[in-house]
Amino acid sequence: MGGGTWDWQFTFEEVLPRLLDVVHVTILATLLGFLLAASLGLLFAIGRMSRNPWISRPLGEVVEFIRGTPLLVQIFFLYFILPDFGIVLPAFATGVVALGLHYATYCSEVYRAGLENIPRGQWEASTALNLSPFHTFKDVIIPQAVPPVVPALGNYLIAMFKETPLLSFIAVVELMQEAKLIGSEWFRYTEAITLVGVFFLVMSLIASVGVRRVERALRLPGR
Amino acid sequence: MRLAPRHIFLIFLFSFTLGIVVASFAGFRTFIPGLLRGAVVTVQLTLLGCALALALAFLAGFGKMSSIAPVRWLAVTYIEVFRGTSALVQLFWIFFVLPEFGIFLEPLEAGVLALGMNVGAYGAEVVRGAVQSVPRGQYEACTALNMGHWAMMRRVILPQAVVAMIPPWGNLFIELMKATALVSAITLTDLTFAAYQLNQTAVRTIEIFGIAMVIYYGLSQVIRYSMLALENRLARGLGRGRA
Amino acid sequence: MEPMVRFEQVTKRYGDLTVLDRLDLEVMPNEKVAIIGPSGSGKTTVLRMLMTLERIDEGVIHVDGRPLTHMPKNGSSRNGDLVPANERWLRKVRGDIGMVFQHFNLFPHMTALQNCIEAPIRVLGLSRAEARERAAGLLDMVGLVDKKDHYPAQLSGGQQQRVAIARALAMRPKVMLFDEVTSALDPEVIGEVLNVIRKLGEEHNLTMLMVTHQMGFAKEFSDRVCFFYAGRIAEQGPPAQLFGDPQNERTRQFLSAVLEAG
Repeated sequence: MGGGTWDWQFTFEEVLPRLLDVVHVTILATLLGFLLAASLGLLFAIGRMSRNPWISRPLGEVVEFIRGTPLLVQIFFLYFILPDFGIVLPAFATGVVALGLHYATYCSEVYRAGLENIPRGQWEASTALNLSPFHTFKDVIIPQAVPPVVPALGNYLIAMFKETPLLSFIAVVELMQEAKLIGSEWFRYTEAITLVGVFFLVMSLIASVGVRRVERALRLPGR
Repeated sequence: MRLAPRHIFLIFLFSFTLGIVVASFAGFRTFIPGLLRGAVVTVQLTLLGCALALALAFLAGFGKMSSIAPVRWLAVTYIEVFRGTSALVQLFWIFFVLPEFGIFLEPLEAGVLALGMNVGAYGAEVVRGAVQSVPRGQYEACTALNMGHWAMMRRVILPQAVVAMIPPWGNLFIELMKATALVSAITLTDLTFAAYQLNQTAVRTIEIFGIAMVIYYGLSQVIRYSMLALENRLARGLGRGRA
Repeated sequence: MEPMVRFEQVTKRYGDLTVLDRLDLEVMPNEKVAIIGPSGSGKTTVLRMLMTLERIDEGVIHVDGRPLTHMPKNGSSRNGDLVPANERWLRKVRGDIGMVFQHFNLFPHMTALQNCIEAPIRVLGLSRAEARERAAGLLDMVGLVDKKDHYPAQLSGGQQQRVAIARALAMRPKVMLFDEVTSALDPEVIGEVLNVIRKLGEEHNLTMLMVTHQMGFAKEFSDRVCFFYAGRIAEQGPPAQLFGDPQNERTRQFLSAVLEAG
C-alpha cells in the first residue's frame, strides 16, 4: 500500500486524529521533564560551587558523565535497573526521570554561567550582613542569576520537546510511537511521520515565542 | 600532561569497570565482544556523520550569507527544518518514508545521512557565526591590499573563523556521537542496540549498560581532547585560544 | 578599658606576596580610626579580614573581647587554646561588624527599603514590621526616606552609598568599616556621604575604621590616623600630629604626593 504520493484522506481520517490523541503525552512529558531538569540543574550548579571538595568534585564528575553519554542509554538503564531496586515505575515516569536527569546536567552548565556572572560584591555584601548561605542564594544570588539565563533554559525546553520521541523506545505512546504504530498497521509511513515532523516544528515555534515572553516578564526591575 | 583530579577519576572509573569485567569473567566473554562490535559501528557512524555535517554546515552556513536569494532561502529552509524537528523523526523519515518514494537506503547510510543533516543544520549556524565574528577590519585590510575575494577568504578570513569554530564544533561532534544511539530504531547494531540485545539475553543490566556508557564517555573525552589539541595547534600566533 | 578591635601579629599572604606583616593594631571602643597609605600597602586587607571576607594566615583578631578569626577549643573560653574558627563561630561573631563597600554592593533587584530589611529579618529574626520601622528610621537619618521604594539603578552613586550605610547600620554592629566609600563617587556627591558618616560618628556609639583618600575628612573627623606601608603601620597618631608633623620619611613622601595631586 505504499506509493510515492500523499494520501490526504488518510491524513485527516486516521493519522491526524490519532496523533492529536497523544500529543498531550508529548507535551506532558516535556513539561514534567523540564521542571525536573530546571530544578535539579540548579541544585547541581549550587552543589558544584560548594567549598567542600567532597561534594563539588564527585558531583562535577557525575554531571559530566551523564552529560557525555547518550540519553537513550540512560533511558534503557533506568528502565531496566529501577525494578531491580524495587522501584516499579510506569514507563512514562521512567522516561520523564531520565529526560529530566539528563537535561538537568545541561541546565546546570547554564546556571553555572549565570551564577559566575554575579559580581563578587553581592556575595561580599551578603557576608557583611551575615546572611546565611541559604538566604544568600535564595534572596540575593538566584533572583539575579536566573533571569539572564532564561533564554538558554528555554532552548533546552525546546530541545527536550524534540527528544521525547526517545520515549518510544520504552513503548511510551507519545507522538513518535503512535506514528510507528500507524505505520506498522497501515504499512504506510509517509503521512504519519511527516505529520509528526510538522507537529514538532509547530510546537518548537510556539515554545520559542513562549520563552521570549517569559524572558521579558522576568527582566530586572528599574532597568 | 599534568595529572588533574579528573584524570584520576577517569582512571579510577576505568579500573573499576575493568575490575567488574574481570570479576564476572564468564560474563566478560559473553558480552564484551558484542559491545565492542557495536562500538565500532558507533565510531563509523560518528566519523562519517561528522564529515557530512561539516560539509553541509559550510554549504548552508555560507548559503545563508549568500547574496543570491534562492540560495539563501534553500539554506534557511534546510536549517530551520532540520533544527526544528527531532533527530529521530528525521531518521525515521529517511529510513521509512523515502522507500515509499522509491529511495532505499541501507541502515548505515540512513543513519549517516540523518545524523549528518541534523547536526549539519546546527553546524551551519556555528559556521555563520564564526565567519561573521571575524572583525570588519580584516576585510578592510584585504581590500586595502587589493586582495581578491577568494584569496581573502582562503588566507585571512577562514583561518581565523575556523579557530573560533572549534569549541562549538567539538560540542556538536559529541552531540552527534550521542545521537548515534538512535540508530537502534532502524535495527543498526551500534553500541546501544548491542547493549540492549545483550541485556535481553544476559540481563546483567548494570554491567552491560554501565560499560556501554563508559565507552561512550571515553569516546566523548577523546573528541574533547582532540578538539582542544587542534585548537591549540591552530591558534598559535593568533593571540587567541584557551588561556 | 578593653580594645574593641585587636589585631595580634596578623599576617596575610597572597602566594609569595606578604600583604600584611605581623600587624599589631588596637582600636578602642568608640574610636574613629582613619587608615591611609599607598595602594598595595594592605589597608583594604585589614578591613576585609575584619569582615571575615579573607582568611588570616597567621595571628589572631579579637573583637569586643572575643576572638574573631579563631575560636576556643572545645567551646570553653577559659583555657586560652584557640583553633581556627569554623563557619558557625564566624556567623556568631560576625554580627558585631558592619561594612560599607567602595562599590556599594546594593542588591539591585530590591528597593532601598528591601535592601535594609533583608538581613534584619533573616538574621536577627525581626518581624517584617519591626524591620521596616528600623529601616525607615535609618533611611531617614541618611536623608533618603522618600526614596525608600526606589531601586538602586534609579539612585545616584551618592544616594546608593547612603543606602548602603543605612543597610549596614540596620544590623546594629559595634564596629563599622568603611572601605574607600567615596572613591567611586562623583566629586559633587562625596560631601553628602561624608556628612552622613560625620553624623554617625557624633550621634552613635560606634567604633569606626575608615580606609580613605579623603585627607581633609580624615584630619577633621578621626581620632587617630594610621599610615600603612608595605603591610605594616609605618606611623600612627592623632591627625594633627600625623598630618602636621609626620615623623616617618615615607609618611612625608606619601602626604606630599597626595597633597600635590589635590
